[in-house]
Amino acid sequence: MTTMSLAKALNAGLRRAMEDDDKVVIMGEDVGRLGGVFRITDGLQKDFGDDRVIDTPLAESGIVGTAVGLAMRGYRPVVEIQFDGFVYPAYDQIVCQVAKLHYRSRGRVRIPMVIRIPFGGGIGAVEHHSESPEAQFVHTPGLKVVACSNPADAYAMIQQAIHADDPVIFLEPKRLYHAAKADVDEAALSESPAPLWQSRVVRSGSDATLVAYGPTVSTCLDAATVAAEEGRSLEVIDLRTLSPLDLVPVHESVRRTGRLVVVHEAHVTLGLGAEIAARVTEECFHSLEAPVLRVGGFDTPYPPARIEEAFLPDLDRVLDAVDRTFGF
Amino acid sequence: MSDPVFGPAPERAPDPELVQLLTPEGERVHHPGFDVDFTPDELRGFYRDMTLVRRLDVEATALQRHGELGLWAQLLGQEAAQIGAGRALAPQDFVFPTYREHGVAWCRGVDPVRLLSLFRGVDQGSWDPAEHNFALYTIVIGAQTLHATGYAMGVQRDGLVGTGDPDRDMAVVAHFGDGASSQGDVNEAFVFAASYNAPVVFFCQNNQWAISEPFERQSRIPLYRRAHGFGFPGVRVDGNDVLATYAVMKAALQRAREGQGPILIEAYTYRMGAHTTTDDPTRYRLSEDLEHWKLKDPIARLEVYLRRNGMADEAFTADVAAEADALGERMRRECHALPDPSPHDLWDLVHAEKTAELAAQQAEYDAHAASFEEALS
Ligand SMILES: Cc1ncc(C[n+]2csc(CCOP(=O)(O)OP(=O)(O)O)c2C)c(N)n1
Repeated sequence: MTTMSLAKALNAGLRRAMEDDDKVVIMGEDVGRLGGVFRITDGLQKDFGDDRVIDTPLAESGIVGTAVGLAMRGYRPVVEIQFDGFVYPAYDQIVCQVAKLHYRSRGRVRIPMVIRIPFGGGIGAVEHHSESPEAQFVHTPGLKVVACSNPADAYAMIQQAIHADDPVIFLEPKRLYHAAKADVDEAALSESPAPLWQSRVVRSGSDATLVAYGPTVSTCLDAATVAAEEGRSLEVIDLRTLSPLDLVPVHESVRRTGRLVVVHEAHVTLGLGAEIAARVTEECFHSLEAPVLRVGGFDTPYPPARIEEAFLPDLDRVLDAVDRTFGF
Repeated sequence: MSDPVFGPAPERAPDPELVQLLTPEGERVHHPGFDVDFTPDELRGFYRDMTLVRRLDVEATALQRHGELGLWAQLLGQEAAQIGAGRALAPQDFVFPTYREHGVAWCRGVDPVRLLSLFRGVDQGSWDPAEHNFALYTIVIGAQTLHATGYAMGVQRDGLVGTGDPDRDMAVVAHFGDGASSQGDVNEAFVFAASYNAPVVFFCQNNQWAISEPFERQSRIPLYRRAHGFGFPGVRVDGNDVLATYAVMKAALQRAREGQGPILIEAYTYRMGAHTTTDDPTRYRLSEDLEHWKLKDPIARLEVYLRRNGMADEAFTADVAAEADALGERMRRECHALPDPSPHDLWDLVHAEKTAELAAQQAEYDAHAASFEEALS
């Protein structure tokens, strides 16, 4: 059992994956000598060499495009995109090539690539450093998309994603990289981790359900703590996997609580919340006591740091939405 | 050993000639292709500009350390490249900067406090590009080089190239870094500019580093030589020599205004500071490297030249120092006083014509905020 931050857990998971399979290579801007701007790949180039931990030229389309070629040659590239807002130069390669090669080749070509993206806001950054682009990838058939929210999951999920034979967009809540450390039992997680494609109830409750992933899981857990003091019992579900979606625990929960609030930092319009609301309405229509509500970033560009608090879903906005589900 | 068919590998080609008019020791030298006669006032002006933007940079870095700015991208060491490039402009020329062109912003009359507001997180660029002929800072690496090229295509279509009227003919400048030279956008900008013979000057400050990655990761040949492959000329200038940078930029802008098309200038310089205030360069570069470049300091060499030739005395440098102190004091004061943005900016700034949907979101937010104020009062 080791106590570690989410950043350190990712680092440990990457190291483990590289030890287990020498086809795993890491690519990205500043990932080598510097260890990445967030130090997620710290020390890996020193230990595995610069053939396996590759500092690339400054070109995201180039990084993902060459990673496709490496994957076709039998490697398992783990690509780091420095910040969420810089994935777009690679968007064409991701949507038209990474996502479609398996389909186009009738399954003869596999792209076991992981694209790691630090995502979300709340770090006081300048433009393009705080975005939540997940829906754009969930909307792209051929990609799988996951988001971790805590150190133990980060450690296991990064290895599972690397092990998967399909391309995975791996979202890391950058605001939590160096937040509270937690115990990570590396031995246990290596032997029997929870399956990657499953969501999980992280706090049980009976009055209403909160669904979140990545950075908003901790916001929802805080909201549940506050609500409990006011006598309201909230169940919190960490989705973990965004594509495919695992809504079994959500349906099960909503059938008991009758109320659901989905919380993400991404813009509300056509965000994950929209899809979840539609599916839950289809599956649990007769159990619902109120419409499914969404709390998310407004339909505006991510604002300058001094007003990001107004943009981000916080405790108050989550609790306010919970209140509203009781008003119906 | 040279390949009999293809010739020597490019990296073995002889070192490129660097256009230089003032040596690191402060000695005035001449160049057959690029030379300008500078008046003592012009030379003193360069010294003043460089000293003030260095202070601007030091002050902003200190403000970040004190928590007043979220981030700052330092220009330390690149003053000559930026002042040379900025002062060579004609008023009608238009500039597309990266996020580090504080010296060029200075030359374009953008108040330093406006740069602070961006890095403080108050706004994302508060000057009017049309007022200063200076576009907003662009953080997405390389994107602005295409904008510059398109802008230049517009200038062409407006008939403002090659008329022979020095007050009308216009050139456009695209700033970018050595790291950016790897981006698709930058290479596409080269292709478009060449294809349409657009009046754009590509000005690359090769400061040797893209965060932690050394120049060799981006290119195995000197950057200015890439231009030839795209079909236009390239030149490497000593970017720590304000006279040479000015002279080369002046000639390139004139060439573009006359309708002779794009050109690439590689200003060879060095990022003396960290990439930004969140970066720690001791993790990836040697301090000897930095010491070596300190000897090439752009301001020190000009000061030596001015003093040795009786163009500057104690009184002059003391005046500039006092002006720098006053600038620093004003920046601190006005930075503290910058008002926080209104949450209404979120919705008000999205479209030219606000949609009903956004207006409804805004109203909902207002009601929510008001309910909290009520609860508090
Ligand atoms: C598309 C994109 N990818 C990555 C980044 C992150 N980033 C910011 S600056 C930088 C290095 C830029 O180096 P260079 O072009 O040499 O300019 P310099 O910062 O040295 O002035 C990187 C990788 C970015 N801003 N945009």
